[in-house]
Amino acid sequence: MPTYSFTLNGQSVTVDAPADLPLLWTLRDKLGVKGPKYGCGIDVCKACTSHLDGQAVNPCVVPTSEADGREVTTIEGLADGDRLHPVQEAWLEQDVAQCGYCQPGQIMAAVALLKRTKHPTDADIDAIENVCRCGSYFRIREAIKAAAAAM
Amino acid sequence: MSSSPSAGHSRRHFLTYLLATPTLAVAAALVDPPPVARAAVPTPPAPADVLDLGDVLILAAAPTANMITVAVGEDGRVGLALPREEVGQGITTAVAMLIADELDVPLDRVDVTLADARPELVFNQLTGGSNTIRSVYTPVRTAAAVARARLVAAAAARWGVPAGQVTVSGGVVIGPGGRTAGFGELSTAAASPSLKVGTATPKPASQQRLVGTPTSRRDARAMVTGRQAYTLDLDVAPGALPTMVRRPPTISGAVRSVDNEAAVRAMPGVVDLAVVETGVAVLAETFGQALDAKNALQVTWGPGTVDGEDDDSIREKLHAAALPFAAPGLLTQHVDAEFDFAFVSHAPMETNSAIADVRDGKAEIWAGLKSPIVAQETIAKDLGLPVSAVAVHVVQGGGSFGRRLFFDAALEAARISKKAGKPVKLMWSRIDDMRHGRARAASHHRIRATHAAGQVLTFEHRVASVETDFRHGLGEILTAMSASLPVGGNLSFAQTVFLTTVKSPYDFGITTQTLTEVPLQMHTGSWRSVYSANTRGAEEIVVDELAAAQRKDPYRFRREFLEDDRSRAVLDKVATEGQWGRPMPAGHAQGIAFHAEYQSCTACLVEIDATNPDRPRVTKATIAADVGRPVNPRGLESQLLGGLTDAIGTTLRAGLHIRDGLPLEGSYSQFHYTRQAESPRDVRVFVMPANGEPGGAGELGVPAAVGAIANAWARATGRKPRSFPLTFPVDFDPFPR
Repeated sequence: MPTYSFTLNGQSVTVDAPADLPLLWTLRDKLGVKGPKYGCGIDVCKACTSHLDGQAVNPCVVPTSEADGREVTTIEGLADGDRLHPVQEAWLEQDVAQCGYCQPGQIMAAVALLKRTKHPTDADIDAIENVCRCGSYFRIREAIKAAAAAM
Repeated sequence: MSSSPSAGHSRRHFLTYLLATPTLAVAAALVDPPPVARAAVPTPPAPADVLDLGDVLILAAAPTANMITVAVGEDGRVGLALPREEVGQGITTAVAMLIADELDVPLDRVDVTLADARPELVFNQLTGGSNTIRSVYTPVRTAAAVARARLVAAAAARWGVPAGQVTVSGGVVIGPGGRTAGFGELSTAAASPSLKVGTATPKPASQQRLVGTPTSRRDARAMVTGRQAYTLDLDVAPGALPTMVRRPPTISGAVRSVDNEAAVRAMPGVVDLAVVETGVAVLAETFGQALDAKNALQVTWGPGTVDGEDDDSIREKLHAAALPFAAPGLLTQHVDAEFDFAFVSHAPMETNSAIADVRDGKAEIWAGLKSPIVAQETIAKDLGLPVSAVAVHVVQGGGSFGRRLFFDAALEAARISKKAGKPVKLMWSRIDDMRHGRARAASHHRIRATHAAGQVLTFEHRVASVETDFRHGLGEILTAMSASLPVGGNLSFAQTVFLTTVKSPYDFGITTQTLTEVPLQMHTGSWRSVYSANTRGAEEIVVDELAAAQRKDPYRFRREFLEDDRSRAVLDKVATEGQWGRPMPAGHAQGIAFHAEYQSCTACLVEIDATNPDRPRVTKATIAADVGRPVNPRGLESQLLGGLTDAIGTTLRAGLHIRDGLPLEGSYSQFHYTRQAESPRDVRVFVMPANGEPGGAGELGVPAAVGAIANAWARATGRKPRSFPLTFPVDFDPFPR
């Protein structure tokens, strides 16, 4: 089995994994990083949204080999120790989460959006396709706007 | 269920006990005379006006209510193991608020966990019917009041002062002269059986400080940092292998043979295969490998239970099953309407999943379970083990919407673990969860309302639905409570559930609502609001059409015929705050609707942009809700927001097509549940002031929103909404079976 090395939430990791094993399962089943969630496995629900070199990706369709030598950030790597990222703070402020299962992905998608644009429009927020089956979308929208203002 | 209270020797004691509880008083008070007759033709109370499903659940839980206990530890922390399931509705936060308020302890010193299956609780460990807060409101506050009284008594004894001179504030017990003691240091003395304690009753509502205060979720930080652990995030059964199941090409087909077992066993990461009743399980080192291997399996399947069925054949059966009307359609002014609703997946984000370790004559299960006692008993029987050898741990779930009333994954995981002799972590693929998981049953609705001289004289609603599976313990509860039920005759469980959840809130004269079931063996289950989303949603459309027939405004028409002032108040609230009647551009319209259930009521006013009639968007929503006593208004707003989003999805685009005995939809790219781009940018929720005991709130939001959205769509497009979801093409290539 090939070996891959990458930076995961600021730490170097090396893992034995088949090249085509989706990164989601390398993270969850081999490295014990459980923040990214399975919801569809085909890049449709976006529950696993994480960052590869700072860009939002869906590890359920990213082969593990593609992470080699790169920087992977999951929800666990977003906060600076106990200091939450402003998007996480906004999520708490708006009390967004209901069941919470999609929220790591929602937050990672929102952070990626705010990296691309400091002042997201409603249309920018509409373009986030992450499914929230509890239907917390309005609070997600408010939280993104609040985070943008705070940042 | 063997441990149900029998109708024989225990009844006298049982009923005596019930008479002593306040719950029966609640039920009895409902039989008050109907509201003073106004111009409208009054409708006599429906069964659900007398005793609703929630009341039944409260009555069923009452005999074991005193087994819910609050514990105070030597560390000064207060704990309660809640015999309910948290799936996002915020009950652990609300229950912690009840305890903190009653005990005058800071909220962050209260721990509410989810209790394992406790068979001794009998009917008091079922999460459904919007019933958690209604059923635990008094028992939890009473238990906390007892704990408080014991702490006060222990401090009074230590200081040698009368208990009346001891108070509790901020989690500290305070005596004369400024003496203080912490909960922790008093906990042992407070637990002493010899301690003399006066009566303990919960505080009156006027002294509640936290109850009614908007409070953020206690688990929110864990959720936003990725630390919240769902079933498959747990490391509880060392060596438990990622496991997935290859399922049949049609619902409930059984394995005849596995035709390439050796080849699949040789695939990378594959550890074991096991054939079970529901398919072929693959145990592997990672879920990715289990998924590849299960997809590679070549299996010969036997027939399923509904192989010949598709949407057309099911609709035909439903139309044939709907009962005829009593009122004649000729010679009277009437509004007739027929509606069809498709199957709808619960589609919680966390698919069916469970961890099971069945070895050495015992079993241990972890899963998101809303009926863990029934799960435990069923799994024990299936495995051939005594119930005492099966431990069932309830794990916080990633959504439910009714799905986790059933324990399909827990039972399946137990069978696989037994067969393989290894602990397993079972995950259903999304495709399987949508196609083989449970769904809201498709239904057909026939409504006739007759009217004359500005009055509605009769209102008849004939519902025909594919059978809904209630085998998660509700049948046993209804059997045990049969003497208390407000319905007679030889009704089925489903008809009893229907009649104790659905009622018309209007004075529409003689009102009858009936359910006929079509027995198709499909995987169904209650979906948020059970029958009401479709039944009341359809009725709210007819209410608009009745108003039009009488040339009245839909808001004022409802106002005239609603039965009470509480109902009118929420309707008025949304009409005012949502600016009912404001001018809208072409292709845009407002819609309004009302719904009442479980002692709560709500109104919803939406605005829709239907300039593209096939892709309408709800642009704004105004919601008001009166739930009697909101424990956590912030959580209540979340529930109403969720109900609105559910209604947007299921009314406009989200449903399941059935073809050749299987749903076609297999992911969110095909089952079009609402996304951000379909969600309104402006949502306002108004929680009415407290005016009584808590009513049900978890499902309340859906039916009114269904009606409001459909009515807005009708006004914007000039078309009659009749078949749901309104836009429902097969706009995808189905996944292979």
